[in-house]
Amino acid sequence: MAMLQIENLEVSYGMIRAIKGISFEVNEGEIVTLIGANGAGKTTILHTITGLVAAKAGSIQFEGKELTKTPPHKIVAMGMAHVPEGRRVFSQLSVLKNLQLGAYTRKDRDGIQKDLEMVYQRFPRLEERKNQLAGTLSGGEQQMLAMGRALMSHPKIILMDEPSMGLSPILVSEIFDIIKSINEAGTTVLLVEQNAKKALSIAHRGYVLETGKIVLSGPAQELMDNDSIKKAYLGE
Amino acid sequence: MSFISFLISGISLGSIYALIALGYTMVYGIAKMLNFAHGDVIMVGGFVVFTAMSTMQQPVWLSILMGMVVCTVLGVTIEKIAYKPLRNASPLSVLITAIGVSYLLQNLALLIFGSSSQTFQSVVSLPPIRITETLVITGETIVTIITTVVIMVGLTLFINRTKPGQAMLAVSEDRGAAQLMGVNVNGTISLTFAIGSALAAVAGVLLCSMYPQINAYTGQMPGIKAFIAAVFGGIGSIPGAMIGGVLLGIIENLSRAYISSQLSDAIVFAVLILMLLIKPTGILGRKLNEKV
Ligand SMILES: Nc1ncnc2c1ncn2[C@@H]1O[C@H](COP(=O)(O)OP(=O)(O)OP(=O)(O)O)[C@@H](O)[C@H]1O
Ligand SMILES: [Mg+2]
Repeated sequence: MAMLQIENLEVSYGMIRAIKGISFEVNEGEIVTLIGANGAGKTTILHTITGLVAAKAGSIQFEGKELTKTPPHKIVAMGMAHVPEGRRVFSQLSVLKNLQLGAYTRKDRDGIQKDLEMVYQRFPRLEERKNQLAGTLSGGEQQMLAMGRALMSHPKIILMDEPSMGLSPILVSEIFDIIKSINEAGTTVLLVEQNAKKALSIAHRGYVLETGKIVLSGPAQELMDNDSIKKAYLGE
Repeated sequence: MSFISFLISGISLGSIYALIALGYTMVYGIAKMLNFAHGDVIMVGGFVVFTAMSTMQQPVWLSILMGMVVCTVLGVTIEKIAYKPLRNASPLSVLITAIGVSYLLQNLALLIFGSSSQTFQSVVSLPPIRITETLVITGETIVTIITTVVIMVGLTLFINRTKPGQAMLAVSEDRGAAQLMGVNVNGTISLTFAIGSALAAVAGVLLCSMYPQINAYTGQMPGIKAFIAAVFGGIGSIPGAMIGGVLLGIIENLSRAYISSQLSDAIVFAVLILMLLIKPTGILGRKLNEKV
């Protein structure tokens, strides 16, 4: 059974049907990407998985446990972290306090300390700025902080929502390299992106989302070679 | 010399405003609502301590503890029953509900204790300190200021050094992101109401000891003034509520002494309006980045 298994998920905002019955899965060790245009429903899916938005129908199973029936604040402790769209770092708190909040549900002091060192190693700039307010960081640094904060919960799976948004091309490449290395270090990744080219270049598999429905899926390489995807998402 | 004595009693009055303002500002920051029933929780605290001390003849410390416990339970219960179902309702519905709760508490007090004022026996047994012939500081003033300082230091440490405190800061900035960290948002809101209401009980006891009377409307005016203090200091900001409360007490007391005792409340409101014109976010307030 897949690590994360989503079946016939439906989500509505009042009268608006944002997700119209989708199914997909993420296996342990994979990078899976969901690509789609603005308003396709990518963020809604991630929000529903981590409980910020309620599902209307369908099921979300994480390691066999039903997330739609789990109180949202218990989901992190199960091993799932979410790097939200727009980073949403706590701008009035220091970088270090943001990272500590990432480990909010943990009690193993030694483990937390080890993960903090790991995060600093991965993002040396965060260590240099650990006492700075998060709101004063640049966009790229805030993205690194949001990722570091997620890593602090020592997750089995990380959901990332458009980590490349608003970053310069060099930084985008850097962020994708980091995602790849986080995955190689053993963390499963569900990556939501508009930057389909980059996302597919690091992903194992991908799903293409159009107005709340999955229209295509397959191994990343296959999707990259698909003519309609090339036209619609890869700008070729 | 009289100036110094007005100043000191102003600081003491302002300390009480600050304690009440903390409840307003914390609830606003974390639950994003104005809890207009907060002032009446002060009155409830006062009545519980009054009943425990005068009717039940309990020692002072136990009476105060009872007041704090009752107010804490009351605050958390109000939140659960009246406000929590409105978590996603319009701010106006929440405001109207809060005003309704305020009237409910006042009328319950009228029903139980009647409409005439009762004499509140001061909880302070410290004798006044005579510094010079004209400068005398009452025991109530000293106890009020010390209590407030201790509470503020304790609260600041709690917020900055403990996990529940950090959770409060996180929820106040971004409820959704806090939830993604594993913070129990409902639990954090309950905790905020609990702390705010316990502080309101302390403020009620200190207030009733300073002006030794209590009736169903005792909490009303101090509640409004503390709300002004919270806005003055920057609503949502904890140090802001502390500074705003103390400043307001000083302004009120000095204008009562040197300008007019009838106009002192009007002056307090005028200062608020002026403040809002000059700096709409208050002394320590920051721009509200309201979520859409
Ligand atoms: N809070 C909300 N209330 C009402 N409708 C919403 C809300 N959030 C999203 N929607 C709608 O749901 C649909 C899917 O939105 P969603 O944010 O999931 O898209 P997305 O794929 O993440 O888009 P983007 O790439 O722009 O981030 C859109 O039509 C959007 O207008
Ligand atoms: Mg989105």
